[in-house]
Amino acid sequence: MTTRRLLGRLLGAIPTLLITWTVVFGAMRLVPGDPVLLMLQGTPISDGAMDAARAKLGLDRPLVVQYVSFIANAAVGDFGDSFRSRQKVTGLIAAEFPFTLQLAFGGFVIGVLLGATLGVIAGVWPNGWVDTLCMTLALAGLSLPSFWIGMILIQVFATTLGWVPVLGTGFDALILPAISTGLFIAGGLARLARNSIIEVMAQDYIRTARAKGLSAVRVVAKHAMRNALIPPLTLLGIQFAVLIGGAVVTETVFARPGIGRLLVLAVLEKDFPVVQGIVVLTTAAYVLINVLIDIAYGIIDPRVDA
Amino acid sequence: MSGVVDAAAAAARLRGPGVLSRLLGAPGAMVGTVVIAVILALAVLAPVLAPYDWNATSLCRRLAPMSAEHWFGCDIFGRDVLSRVMFGARYSLAMGISTVVISLLFGALLGIAIAYAGGRVDAVGARVIDAMLGFPPIILAILIVAVLGVGLWNAALAVGISGIPRFARITRAATLSLAARDFVEAARSIGSGNMRIVLRHLLPNLAPVLIVIATLDLGSAVLFTATLSFLGLGAQPPTPEWGAMLNAGREYVRYAPWTMIFPGLALFLTVMSVNLVGDRLSLVLDPRQKDRS
Repeated sequence: MTTRRLLGRLLGAIPTLLITWTVVFGAMRLVPGDPVLLMLQGTPISDGAMDAARAKLGLDRPLVVQYVSFIANAAVGDFGDSFRSRQKVTGLIAAEFPFTLQLAFGGFVIGVLLGATLGVIAGVWPNGWVDTLCMTLALAGLSLPSFWIGMILIQVFATTLGWVPVLGTGFDALILPAISTGLFIAGGLARLARNSIIEVMAQDYIRTARAKGLSAVRVVAKHAMRNALIPPLTLLGIQFAVLIGGAVVTETVFARPGIGRLLVLAVLEKDFPVVQGIVVLTTAAYVLINVLIDIAYGIIDPRVDA
Repeated sequence: MSGVVDAAAAAARLRGPGVLSRLLGAPGAMVGTVVIAVILALAVLAPVLAPYDWNATSLCRRLAPMSAEHWFGCDIFGRDVLSRVMFGARYSLAMGISTVVISLLFGALLGIAIAYAGGRVDAVGARVIDAMLGFPPIILAILIVAVLGVGLWNAALAVGISGIPRFARITRAATLSLAARDFVEAARSIGSGNMRIVLRHLLPNLAPVLIVIATLDLGSAVLFTATLSFLGLGAQPPTPEWGAMLNAGREYVRYAPWTMIFPGLALFLTVMSVNLVGDRLSLVLDPRQKDRS
């Protein structure tokens, strides 16, 4: 891929980001109630102080000016101060983000391991009871409420058996949250991997490998899996959305710190600068990850770029 | 699911003979259909069948375990969990179905409108739809709840709105491919107007595919709305919505796991059954997928 193409892809994401940020700006202006009153959360205020506060927040400026400054600030990651804690929104998010990243990574690893295993097993023995069992499990993974399975995992493995701590931010406290986030991803990936394996197993080069007398394990592990797992893995960009959604839920269930929990609390407390900051940043991350995967796909499989 | 929807072929297949028997031919889809029927019946007949009032509290029954009188035990306010789960089916199903209807209706209208308008409208519209898909769905739904305020129907509306871009994109693609077909050309050449072509020729061919996609979506819609309620952004206490019940039972899991197990199990069974049926439905309509019966 040439540098020009690469730049083109990255620049192509800008209109998308602008549209999403415009939606966020519009949504925040649609919130009923005056932002200053929301910020004061019930404390009485004089008219003069009110005007001063409005001026400080820039609310007295024309809408167009507010919009331009919102976009400019969003681009450099400045979302103002939280209504609640009066701290910089960027700082709040930065403090919580590593925990969400850990959780997302854990969920991702569990999802890929479990999903690829189920999918490959089902795809190697298609249309029999093994396939049916694996695919039913995969569908169950897609149908399980992650908050429910999270509560069950806590009850069984943390409270009753005491194998892992209920709370905390260490590695052992990450295992259960990662499982409850990863099951959904595993379900989706298993289904894709299965179809992909079946397709690959019908190819000539697999027949050749078999004809050479290679063992079945070797054929699957070295020849089939390598080719079959690329297409489902490229869909992992979409999984980022699942991971973020998973983080919102899992962080609440496990009382873990993270931006998901921060977002839910901010909505409940009407702390709009925080809501705005998290939505803008997660959207930007989602768009960028998809662009990067697009680029990576072009590198792995040059036919895409032709 | 394949990316390209051949709406006309799927529509023909859906009207073809033996669809129902092929649909229910798979054991999974059969089981799913039976479970859905049972849950629907429980939802409809809840006022008759529920052993207790879903909101009747009693101090002496607080967190009472499962027993002959209370099959699913009681919650922190001494309310019968079985009765609440039965009434909860009404909320969860109603919320799930209304979100899908909102996404389907507005998404389809938008998709047809921009595809049919063509030219610059289509180019801009497609761009905006793509950008809206740049929101992770749960983030978009939470943003909308932040604007509308928390509550059962606001959560359903939020999930419904966040699904519009996806339906619009599918409908737009299907409309564009249909509009290029001979039968549309033929209709135009005998003097049919745009409205007539959309209503008489495009919609009948689009509807089956859209209905199937809506069915496929129903499971995740039920799950999604329950999730918002669980987060405290949807149904509020004392509403016996499954997600809200799980949220309320969270603090007592240790002492009374039944307050959490049964609402969650009901939610899981509902979503799983809908997904089993939806899966089979998409297989029947798109036989290019690897068979799995």
